[in-house]
Amino acid sequence: MTFASLNAGLAYPEIFLLAASCVLLVGDLFMPAAGRDARLTLAGVVIFAITAVLVVTGNQPQSAGVMLAAKQLGPQYAFSNMFVVDGMSTLLKVSMLMAMAVVLIYSRAYMVARGIFSTEFVALLLFATLGMMLMVSANNFVPLYLGLELLALSSYALVAINRDSAVSTEAAMKYFILGALASGLLLYGMSMIYGATGGSLDISQIGKTIAFSQAKDPLVSFGVVFIIAGLAFKLGVVPFHMWVPDVYHGAPTPITLFIGSAPKIAAFGFLMRIVADGLGGASGDWQGMLVILAVLSIGLGNLVAISQTNLKRMLAYSTISHMGFLLLGVLAASREGYAAGMFYVITYAITALASFGVILLLSRAGFEADELADLKGLNKRSPWVAFLMLIVAVSLAGIPLSAGFFAKLAVLEAALKAGFLWVVVFAVVMSVIGAFYYLRVIKLMYFDEPTDNHPIEASSGMHVMLSVNSLAILGFGLFPGALLSACMMAINRTL
Amino acid sequence: MISSNQLLSYSIWLPIVFGILVLFMHRDSQKNMARVVALVGSIASLLVTLPLWMRFDNATAAMQFVERIEWVARFNVYYALGVDGISMLFILLNSFTTVLVIIAAWQVIQTKTSQYLAAFLIMSGLINGVFAATDAILFYVFFEAMLIPMFLIIGIWGGPNRVYAAVKFFLYTLLGSLLMLAAIIYLYNITNGSFDLADYKRVFIAKDVQILLFFAFFASFAVKVPMWPVHTWLPDAHVEAPTGGSVVLAAITLKIGAYGFLRFNMSITPDAAVALQTFMITLSLIAVVYIGFVALAQSDMKKLVAYSSISHMGFVTLGFFLFNAQGWEGALLQMISHGFISAAMFLCIGVLYDRVHSREISAYGGVINTMPKFAFFAVFFAMANSGLPGTSGFVGEFIVIMGAIRVNFWIAFAAATTLILGAAYSLWMVKRVIFGDIANDDVRGLTDINGREMTMLLVLAIAVLAMGVYPDPMATVMHKTVEALVTHVQIGKLN
Repeated sequence: MTFASLNAGLAYPEIFLLAASCVLLVGDLFMPAAGRDARLTLAGVVIFAITAVLVVTGNQPQSAGVMLAAKQLGPQYAFSNMFVVDGMSTLLKVSMLMAMAVVLIYSRAYMVARGIFSTEFVALLLFATLGMMLMVSANNFVPLYLGLELLALSSYALVAINRDSAVSTEAAMKYFILGALASGLLLYGMSMIYGATGGSLDISQIGKTIAFSQAKDPLVSFGVVFIIAGLAFKLGVVPFHMWVPDVYHGAPTPITLFIGSAPKIAAFGFLMRIVADGLGGASGDWQGMLVILAVLSIGLGNLVAISQTNLKRMLAYSTISHMGFLLLGVLAASREGYAAGMFYVITYAITALASFGVILLLSRAGFEADELADLKGLNKRSPWVAFLMLIVAVSLAGIPLSAGFFAKLAVLEAALKAGFLWVVVFAVVMSVIGAFYYLRVIKLMYFDEPTDNHPIEASSGMHVMLSVNSLAILGFGLFPGALLSACMMAINRTL
Repeated sequence: MISSNQLLSYSIWLPIVFGILVLFMHRDSQKNMARVVALVGSIASLLVTLPLWMRFDNATAAMQFVERIEWVARFNVYYALGVDGISMLFILLNSFTTVLVIIAAWQVIQTKTSQYLAAFLIMSGLINGVFAATDAILFYVFFEAMLIPMFLIIGIWGGPNRVYAAVKFFLYTLLGSLLMLAAIIYLYNITNGSFDLADYKRVFIAKDVQILLFFAFFASFAVKVPMWPVHTWLPDAHVEAPTGGSVVLAAITLKIGAYGFLRFNMSITPDAAVALQTFMITLSLIAVVYIGFVALAQSDMKKLVAYSSISHMGFVTLGFFLFNAQGWEGALLQMISHGFISAAMFLCIGVLYDRVHSREISAYGGVINTMPKFAFFAVFFAMANSGLPGTSGFVGEFIVIMGAIRVNFWIAFAAATTLILGAAYSLWMVKRVIFGDIANDDVRGLTDINGREMTMLLVLAIAVLAMGVYPDPMATVMHKTVEALVTHVQIGKLN
């Protein structure tokens, strides 16, 4: 096998990211400690930016830009079909890299103020990103699993990065144990599929085998059950959601910010690789399961969120319900549905970034603004930040003029078209209940008097970043066309 | 000269642009500037809507001033605007009311003045959008987005129980509108991907499906009207809202519900509407008669007018479900007239409330002795509210009753009782508040209305009189459209 036949050029972004992360990790040893945080943040953002540029331009000499990248014909394979680059992977990778850069920018002040900003923090974020990129680009169970574990191990370490905090350590332990269990289930399911399809780990190969097999093999169904259960753990949907509130609550807010944003995109890509690419022929097996997961998540997530007093916990339950909505798109098992899910997860990640960004902006040394009551009277303290948070709440509730509305519209449309009328009606009714606790956020900001009159300390850079982030939500609410079309094209060029 | 084909866009976006402008004048020193800019903005917005009436072609039932630009290509959503005989006048009414609301707020609103004025301007633009949209998603976007400013208006500037009222208002309306969204998505699927309301009007729908769709739309619009028994949010919202909020709620947002019945229930599900005639007429008559009695028992002036609004809106829905041109035109005239009269009633209550800070009828008595000019207007509007001939209140009710007689004598008989009940509660309130001896020192210390208050009441009084004496210009506008739509309903989709 020659180097050229490996087609390694497709993986340049990943290779660059890996090399740059190692250089950063080692190189920082030789740098003075002064100004480390600014230097590392800058380096991290630059690495993400270069990787994103490589993703967009690297493999298509004839074109530049996400839109064009999505237009290029069909998937391209590398490393003996283990690695695939297609419309979906390109769009998801670019979204993840942008989200990660924002995570890094938001986190710096908070981490520095608490003395937990370190080289490892940036390096772990970079390695987690590498894992995520591998997850959405894998065409074989082995790299898929490797990517997942790289992300998971980095995340466990990141949750525990504040070693002196008992809450964080407990959260990390829970995350690790449940995550390991989920990985086990996933592997078990993969091994069954491997057995049922005559010893294949190649996802497109498995897809073909299942699609063309005449008799229904119970082993495939069993494998699907385990794989879906493992995926459900990673997505954090009911009844595999137990870790989500504890980890969201226990982790330092920048880590919650990280877990709540880019990994959701990666998890969606992972789900798509397995259920759409690999198990597309067995959609009857997993559709029913996803319906149950979606219904339970939307129901429980919204109901339990009502009784939360901690903003991070509330957002955790909100995430659970949003992942349920995401599944509504996927369970339609149609191209429209997959594209809707993709739009949903990307806009959700942007919204999640802004929501935790507000918490970080309001926090200061020795003070965590993570209780709902900390939002009281925000309109009096800073009308602009209150307005930005208003956009976030409106988008999470799925009310028009925000990206959240078109995301909900897209997934509901797909699910209804696939015939899941009652699931849609249920989701609609539950989102009214969901609106209640988002309205409470607005109520606290606008109707109540501030209890904390401490001036907001965040830097102007933080303000600008948050403004851009929140206005992007508004922008995608007013002009969703480009991203919706990009998602549709990406799916068309993938399947 | 503004060209006709962008008039509707101007009427939507001009107030919104001014609203955003006002939002930036949030310093205490800029209060007066904010007021002046808001007033200029609202008057300019009213002026751009006037050509809609002047250039309106009475001889056609087709949409006029049509604009159509692709908005979201992926879902075939168009930024499509247009007005016909049933929607055009409401855009004028809304822009007119906004000017009054801005004037009414001049001295009264001292906290966060710029946000208050901006909320009304932005809401005014969004409401114009609701009446002008001919694309279902665009309609829905405006319909929902409008809730946010109203929610803030009630919640920030409202009375003691404002949070409860604001949340109740929001959730009630949201539940209804989300069911409508599900119905719209269903229609999107059966029309092969169109959100054009004109397509929905044409498409064949089986009767049982029509009934389901009817109830989905009903959930949305009956709450908005509001019809008995989903009216309970209205008294709360009215009582807690600031004067301007009550005015817009009563004069405009209730009309959106009734308008929705024509644009959706009648146009899209005509056979279901006919099949459910008895049901709808029963609900309307309960609103007219029962809520009339409830109004009689109120001790709070705002609550009394709120219940009187429900009763009057019962007349409107009654008129619609008679399915004859007379009933519809009467109902539409009643809607406009109620817009003037209810706005005037709430402004009158606002005048008293600003001085005494009580809405209780028992806190007043003998106001005529200290505020003779005000008493004149209060008595006049109370007369109009009870349907005195020569005022606009008479025209609509009379025509609806005439229409009802053609259908069933007893329906007309029941409806006519509202004239007695209306007179009873309106005049009894006037008697207790305005006439008699001076009740207490608060009343003794009252000062009569100033020039600003005089202006807004006088303008409304002229409107009420003019419409009462010569309603023809308005009736002419509606005529063709109403005829065409009534015919559409009578023929139905099944034949």
